[in-house]
Amino acid sequence: MKSLDELKALRDKLQSEVSLRDDGDDKTKVLVGMATCGIAAGARPVLAEFVEQVATRGLKNVTVSQTGCIGICQFEPVVEVFVPGKEKVTYVNMSKEKVARIVADHIVGGNIVSDYTIGNRHS
Amino acid sequence: MQELSLNILDIAENSVRAGAALVRIVVRAFPTEDMLSVSIEDDGSGMDEETAKGAADPFYTTRTTRKVGLGLPYFKMNAELTGGAFAIESSAGHGTKVTATFGLGHIDRAPLGDMGQTMSLLAGANPEMDFVYELCAGAEPADSADGSGGFVFDTREVKQVLDGVPISEPEVMAYMASHIDENTKELISAYKI
Repeated sequence: MKSLDELKALRDKLQSEVSLRDDGDDKTKVLVGMATCGIAAGARPVLAEFVEQVATRGLKNVTVSQTGCIGICQFEPVVEVFVPGKEKVTYVNMSKEKVARIVADHIVGGNIVSDYTIGNRHS
Repeated sequence: MQELSLNILDIAENSVRAGAALVRIVVRAFPTEDMLSVSIEDDGSGMDEETAKGAADPFYTTRTTRKVGLGLPYFKMNAELTGGAFAIESSAGHGTKVTATFGLGHIDRAPLGDMGQTMSLLAGANPEMDFVYELCAGAEPADSADGSGGFVFDTREVKQVLDGVPISEPEVMAYMASHIDENTKELISAYKI
């Protein structure tokens, strides 16, 4: 049985980092639609991949969380990215495979991946 | 939905919206009865009798934004397709318990799937709430001393270890997912859950 011991090591590492950080409005927020429509369309692995990528890259100013149904169920999985001081960007028909590019180009690099945004959809 | 863990996530989201403080998810396999039982219990706002009765009807909803609600009906249908049953117990102001049973070996039963992802998402996205997940087989309690009977995950224990580090930290969420996955895969494969 794997214990929570590894979590203690992770806590110690994070504790030293958290104290250096500002909490609040300077964070980039990634919200994944997690209502029935989103879940059925595959939102959970998308959120898990964002978590994985942010954790592996050690991005300290990014939070990944969930939101409900925003009313465009036909475009699920839907992901909203809020960069402080910028307009919200909505990515649609997301998949796990598309996550890496959004993290690299948009969240780290500051360039919106327009191939995946809702404005690029014509259906 | 291709995994029961997705149905479970979907139903637990109802508990989030019901303002629950604690959500308890129990998955129990009964190999001799060829049954799998899944329950999601919360201490949220609950429903009155009439609302609870209507909740599994796809065209019943208390929402005004849209006329359908598919989460509970979908879970109910999945259970009944495998020869199982579905029940909602609820009381206004006290919480709700949703229980579904499935034919454990039934060909139409979806596999349990990735409960690590489901629990880590629920815990990380709702840091002010607590979640318990128990996976067990037979009538043994999940927290039997030698750990052979099952597995228990409790965010209250996780938060105690974290000592102020937010449970929503992506690295903590990734840890929880793999912690649950590694500790349950043997049980899942032994009982084909």
